[in-house]
Order: sequence, then C-alpha cells, then structure tokens
Amino acid sequence: MTRSRVAKARDEANEPSSQVVRFGPDKPLKLAAGLTLSPFQTAYQTYGSLNDDRSNAILICHALTGDQHVANTHPVTGKPGWWEALVGPGRVIDTDRFFVICANVIGSCLGSTGPASLNPETGEPYGLNLPVITIKDMVRAQAMLVDHLGIERLFSVIGGSMGGMQVLEWAASFPDRVLTAVPVATGARHTAQNIAFHEVGRQAVMADPDWHGGAYLKSGKHPGKGLAVARMAAHITYLSEPALHRKFGRNLQDREQLTFGFDAEFQIESYLRHQGITFVDRFDANSYLYLTRAMDYFDLAAEHDGHLTRAFTGTKTRFCVVSFTSDWLFPTEESRMVVHALNAAGASVSFVEIETDRGHDAFLLDEPEFHAAVGGFLKSAARNAGISS
Amino acid sequence: MSVNNAQRVDLQVIADLIRPGAKVLDVGSGDGALLELLEGQKKVDGRGLEISQRGVNECVARGLSVVQGDADRDLVFYPDRGFDYVVLSQTLQATHNPRTVLDELLRIGDRAIVSFPNFGHWRVRFSLLFKGRMPVTKDLPYSWYDTPNIHFCTIRDFVALCEEIGATVESAAALDANGQKIGLSMPWWFWNFFGQQAVFLLKR
Repeated sequence: MTRSRVAKARDEANEPSSQVVRFGPDKPLKLAAGLTLSPFQTAYQTYGSLNDDRSNAILICHALTGDQHVANTHPVTGKPGWWEALVGPGRVIDTDRFFVICANVIGSCLGSTGPASLNPETGEPYGLNLPVITIKDMVRAQAMLVDHLGIERLFSVIGGSMGGMQVLEWAASFPDRVLTAVPVATGARHTAQNIAFHEVGRQAVMADPDWHGGAYLKSGKHPGKGLAVARMAAHITYLSEPALHRKFGRNLQDREQLTFGFDAEFQIESYLRHQGITFVDRFDANSYLYLTRAMDYFDLAAEHDGHLTRAFTGTKTRFCVVSFTSDWLFPTEESRMVVHALNAAGASVSFVEIETDRGHDAFLLDEPEFHAAVGGFLKSAARNAGISS
Repeated sequence: MSVNNAQRVDLQVIADLIRPGAKVLDVGSGDGALLELLEGQKKVDGRGLEISQRGVNECVARGLSVVQGDADRDLVFYPDRGFDYVVLSQTLQATHNPRTVLDELLRIGDRAIVSFPNFGHWRVRFSLLFKGRMPVTKDLPYSWYDTPNIHFCTIRDFVALCEEIGATVESAAALDANGQKIGLSMPWWFWNFFGQQAVFLLKR
C-alpha cells in the first residue's frame, strides 16, 4: 500500500493526472536567481467555467505542502481537496459563478517542474540541479499559465500561508491583472523564527543517509525518516497549545501507565509520527527543501528598497486580509504590517482578525467567521464588477 | 460600536458636510451604516476602521473597505493628508486618548468631522443632580460598569479641547432628541444644555 503510494506520487511528479501546460525553449521562465528554467511545465486544475468576457477567473494559490487538487479527490492520497469546504457549487468560492484555477507551484512535486521532475538534458531527475526557486518565480510561472488560458485580468487571487505570499507578490508584480486579492494567514516576509523552523526541517532531511546529497531518486532511495521529522517539527508550528491541549493533553497512547521507554507514550507523539509517515508517502523531500527556501527568501519590502508601501503604491486592487488570533507562525502583527502598508499606499483594504484557538491551520479548517468574511467580500466585489452567477 | 444604531440621527448631518466624490476615512465604522450612506449618496471613496470583528465582517460583506483595528493604536499608520475627511462618529468617548486621536484625525484628513453624545445635556445633568446616579439615557444606554464609553465630554469641553490643540471649528451643529438641528443663532450654553448630540467640522 505504502509502496504503491510512493510510486504513484513519483508518477504524478512527471506525468500528472491534472491538466498540464508545457512551455518550450521559446518561453523560458526567468528566475530571480538569475538563471532561466526551460523547458518547464505547470500542472493545474480548473473548476467552473470561464464567462464570455473572461472576467470571472479566480486563482487559488496553495500552501507549502499543498497542491492543485483544491476541490477534487487527491490522486495519491484519495482524500478530498484541501479547500473543498470553501470551493464548490454554492460555496464561498462559488464554482457556479467563478472559474477557479489552482496550479501546482514550480518547485513542488505534483506535476509542475520541480526537483523530482526529469531534467531533459540528462534524462535524470533534477534533484539539487534545479535552480533555487522564489515566490516571485512561482508567480511568474502562474502568470504564464493565466496568459495561456487567455485571461487578461483575474477577478481574484486567493491563498493562505505560502499561498498568501503568492497573493501579495501577484498584487505587487501585476497590479493591473488582479482585481481583488485575499491574502490569508500570511505576511510580507518570512520572519527569522520561521526561517529557523524551516532550517530544522531541512537539516533533518539532509541528515538522512538515504538523502544521498539530493540524488536519492536516481538510487531508488527515499529519505523518508528525515522528511518525516521535518514534517513533525513543522506540524507543531501549524497548531496552537490550546488546540493541542484540547485534542491530546498529556493523554497516554494505548496504555494505562507510563512505560519509561521511548515508544510513542503520549497521544501527541503518536499523532505527530502519523503526520510524518503519511506525509512522506505523498511528498518529495527535495521539493520540501526548495519550497521552504522559497518562503525563507520572501521579503516583499526588500524587493522595494525596504519600503513595503512602495510595493503597493497606486494599486487599484481591492484587498481583504485575514489573520487568526492563535496563529503564531504568521501572527496578526505580520498581517497588520501589510494592512498598514496598504493604508499608507492609499489602497482599498479590508482586514479581519478571526478569533480562534486552532492556530495557523485554521485557514484550512471549517471557520465560519472566516468563510463569512471572504464570502461577503467576494460577493460584493463580484456585484461591483458585474459578475453574476 | 459604542452607541445604539437606532439612535444614529447624526449620520445624515455628517453626510451633508461631505463633498461628493471625496476620500473619506470613517474611524469606528461600526456596521458600516455611515460608509454605505456616503458611498450611496455622495459617491465617496470610503475606508473604515473598526474594532469589533462582528462590525468588520458586516462591513466587508456589504462591500465596504474596513480594517479591523483600534483608533487609539492604529491611526499613526495612516499617512499625512491621506483623506479629504476623517470622520469620528460617536466614537471619541470610547477612546483612551481623545486628544491624541483628535490630533491624528487632523493630521490624516484635510477636515475632521466629529460627532459625540453631549454629556452636558439637561437629562444627563438632572440624572446626576437629582437621582445621584450615572445617567442611562436613550443615547447612552449603558450602565457605568459595562460601558465602552470612558471619556465623556460636553459640547463646551469639546470646544475647549479644539482651542487647545489649535483646531478651527468650521461649522457645528447640536441635535435635539429627534435629530433636529438646534437653531444656529443660539449661544453655546443653550446648545450644551439642549443638545443630545453634537457634530463638528474641524480643520487645522
């Protein structure tokens, strides 16, 4: 079972079950690292249909370990889409009204060019030979996809966490192509603390003897242990102490008393191990390195001489910024920095801080206030833009 | 939201002070009633600042650009002269530092419009004088222990504060219980006694 999942995941990296757009040598992707990626491909899913004046497209940007399967069964795990509660007919992001696009980011491993893809020059997986990717590079690749679909301007770009970074980058890079932007549980930069956590994860991957300097796919190995540890550490940052306490407390796992050993004695340990193990089946270890790096490099103010306001000067895009009270990975203060910059830039901005104790993960969960805010924002913006269902 | 919305007789008076098409920041925008009125009637480019999540959610759902935040803390982030008008309606009395807030309004906006319940109204005075208790009226529906309002003032107090911070009163109106303006020719003491609410247009 597990073996076949790993095999399936590897198939998805090169020949995804999603739609794919391939860009040949005539359309290289210019990377922030100064190199170009060519040829390259982007795998994507769409839902709903594009209206006649092509004004109802919404681009959804996924988070670090997310993918394009936002509202359909995942081809590897068989689980429902990661934002299925939000995206669908009659839902907050109403596919009866909007044409929803979700693309796998480059650097990832579900069909867009990433370290698990075959390097056409060598016929072997890129591994660490793939240039380092940034959030801006991901957004440029998405823009090429949007061009390919014949869409001039997106009604909205929406996403949480790393997806939220892409939303901000979209608004800063292509202000005329984004009517509304909804950055959720995110910030305009990755903080030192966030970088620190990512470094722990990367070191765990690279310390795994099966990692083989990044060339594990060639040798048929998989640094699953290191990647699982990376995932376990990261997973803690997605939760909050109150939520962990409510769910697990100090409860013991399948036992009445302490055994004074290093088995998964507590339920929380068992839970984290499970999170780690299920993750390594579906995700490529090198992609984890590349994507965490992309987040670490993100600093929108730095791109604009240290002034975040300049990233948005003169923008016509309408923003709806959302944060969650118990999110300590991207605390509300990070969102406020964005909001203040937008205010100073004279942008049209709404901002809601959702009261919840579920931590960073809240953006993926059923949070009625969050859904109501985004739904209300999109509805009124659609009304203004003359988009009917 | 610090005052009953049913009692918001000051909204139209405020709207009448605003030039069509102006850029307006509504501080303490509540459920967005004023911003909606202004966008509908005056086609303003409106923004709001509101402290409660419920209020912000209602505003956002109404299509208004409202930011969740605190007037005492967040006004510093708005640029100088970023707006034609900054409105503070029925919120001054709920701020921790009314003087600082008023200073900020005059920095951010070309004009500031401030409305507040008049603590000098005769009902308020009589309640304290004869009942010996903190007043609970239609405009001030809270008991002293659970009120969000922490800095009440009278019309005369407010005029004194304006002088102190160098704000010019361009126009002012006192409203009676029905939201009717009290005659312009009346002296301050008369407004202060009979006005339930006051609306000031300020500039520096």
